Amino acid sequence: MSNDVFVLVEHRDGAVADATFELLGRARQLAVAAGGEAVALLLGSGVEALSSKLGAAQRVLLAEDAGLAEFTPSAYQSVLVPIVQERAPLLVLATNTGVGMDVAAGLSMACGLALAAYATDVALDDGGPVITTQLYAGKVNVRVRFRDGRGIATVVAGAFPAEAGQLAGSPIVERVTVSALDGRIRFRRLLRPEAGDVDITRESVLVSVGRGIGEADNIALVEALAAALGGAVSSSRPIADAGWLPRTRQVGKSGLRVKPRLYLALGISGAPEHLEGMRGADLIIAINTDARAPIFGVAHYGAVADLLDVVPALTKRMTG
Amino acid sequence: MDLVVLLKLVPDLAEELEIAADGRDLARDWLSYLTSEWDEYALEEALQLKATSGATVTCLALDTGSVEELLATCLARGADRVVKVGSFERAPDSHTAARAFAAALKEIPADLILTGVQAIDDLDGQVAPLLAAALGLPHVSVVTHIGLAGDGRTATVNQEYAGGLVAEFEVDLPAVLGVQTSREAPRYAPVSRVRQLMKTADYGAVAVTAEGGSGLLVEAMSIPEVTGGAEMISGTVEQIAERVATLIRERGIGLGGSR
Ligand SMILES: Cc1cc2nc3c(=O)[nH]c(=O)nc-3n(C[C@H](O)[C@H](O)[C@H](O)COP(=O)(O)OP(=O)(O)OC[C@H]3O[C@@H](n4cnc5c(N)ncnc54)[C@H](O)[C@@H]3O)c2cc1C
Ligand SMILES: Nc1ncnc2c1ncn2[C@@H]1O[C@H](COP(=O)(O)O)[C@@H](O)[C@H]1O
Repeated sequence: MSNDVFVLVEHRDGAVADATFELLGRARQLAVAAGGEAVALLLGSGVEALSSKLGAAQRVLLAEDAGLAEFTPSAYQSVLVPIVQERAPLLVLATNTGVGMDVAAGLSMACGLALAAYATDVALDDGGPVITTQLYAGKVNVRVRFRDGRGIATVVAGAFPAEAGQLAGSPIVERVTVSALDGRIRFRRLLRPEAGDVDITRESVLVSVGRGIGEADNIALVEALAAALGGAVSSSRPIADAGWLPRTRQVGKSGLRVKPRLYLALGISGAPEHLEGMRGADLIIAINTDARAPIFGVAHYGAVADLLDVVPALTKRMTG
Repeated sequence: MDLVVLLKLVPDLAEELEIAADGRDLARDWLSYLTSEWDEYALEEALQLKATSGATVTCLALDTGSVEELLATCLARGADRVVKVGSFERAPDSHTAARAFAAALKEIPADLILTGVQAIDDLDGQVAPLLAAALGLPHVSVVTHIGLAGDGRTATVNQEYAGGLVAEFEVDLPAVLGVQTSREAPRYAPVSRVRQLMKTADYGAVAVTAEGGSGLLVEAMSIPEVTGGAEMISGTVEQIAERVATLIRERGIGLGGSR
């Protein structure tokens, strides 16, 4: 058993994910406080060079194998379970992504470690790790501890500043022997999204709509407002799922991360997966019929109103 | 080929949530419940796979006392069989749910187990990967496409990442998948049909024991001050539009906006 804080490194195309740096920065602080090491878990093939980017960690556990060239849940699981079982760290942190969800829950059940999901804060006090998580699409905060004093947390992107984890350096690199990988899931290929007509990451004004828009025909209303503002229309996930707007317009965890000068959030509740993609916008104005919608927690200005009323009135003013 | 779908009810977020007197749970007395959104996608995807492959679809829900409507809706939409699992006073944590389903699935044949990628109340993680680990099966979460091989031994599965990147995997069956979205919007079942089935349906039942809990200790639950951040604009629609227009113009946006 140790007081180490482990961080699972997510990487693609030779780059470490920002969300991983957020965790590394925090892991370093926690490890110092707990008297352990911040340890980065780096799995892949030919990825040793990435360890120079992981300077926030004191140690990198490097597992390399051709079978780890691409993430698969089963191969990662077969490498990570013995590492976590043998070294029994104080905490394992993973990002709350598809990769993180697969790995963290698998580790939790297989290693008998408790898991706190959707964490927005991870702290330590005399009693050990204290995790704050977000439930009910951001409408409730929960503070939890691990019954056994150690455990795993999947952390929502944006919980900590990435800068604190972006330290160059030369952590100790310790190679881990990779024995038989579980090959029941085989990577076939990566499908990259086709470029859309509009690149929402480059627009300075986004008029963004969510399920509150009600029906596909109402999209024309927001198109008119976006035109009046010289911006583009973006959306939450359900609108792209419904096919009312192309997937390339989706903002959030599984969509794009945007940082426009103005983000108008219309009929968007503000689920954590959406906030991940837009909370950095310069000016956020939210219109929502539910006064308790979490979007008002990140907006600079808000109004409890029907977007179908406000949008035409606003368009008239901006064109008039 | 046997497909199994796991479904559950979650509080309807359109209603106001309140915290119980002990500060560690929701006040549940007045909550209304809905089928977890992502479980709806899992069921729809299973029914789509049934249509193309002739597989059977069995829907499982933990018996928390009022899952008849949920299960009857599954039948009305086209599921072949529904089963209540265990007996719980209220919805248990994800680890307990996963252990209960793992026990039930020892008696229920399953080549592919589908459930929602997550639920809004998964404090201790998502059921799909927990169940897979409990059963020792492979698992993929955030699944946006499922294709079954002709021989029924593997599935082709897409996992979605940020920015619309998608990995395609080949997965040996049996396997557990956390479904993010279905190829078609979840189908509609007439309410009258659901009501009728609620009375006549043959609900299977499997008794299970699931112990151990989540290993988490909840210290406090709270409703965040959502308006902490935003300055709220009140008034009529016209007043709101006027104020928003001013805020936008102050920043030099939309001046003589293109048309
Ligand atoms: C792995 C994963 C990845 C995800 N990735 C993303 C992502 O990239 N982007 C994303 O957005 N979501 C993502 N989601 C989904 C996310 O969890 C939410 O389901 C989604 O963001 C909700 O979208 P919404 O706010 O439009 O809908 P809802 O949550 O249904 O909210 C609709 C809002 O509209 C309001 N409203 C209704 N009528 C009106 C009206 N007339 N006028 C004004 N307001 C009205 C309601 O009060 C409500 O607040 C992801 C989920 C998962 C599991
Ligand atoms: N009823 C149950 N209660 C708790 N855990 C279970 C149950 N059924 C299965 N499991 C889990 O499933 C794993 C594999 O079970 P088995 O297939 O019986 O070896 C065990 O290690 C348990 O974690």
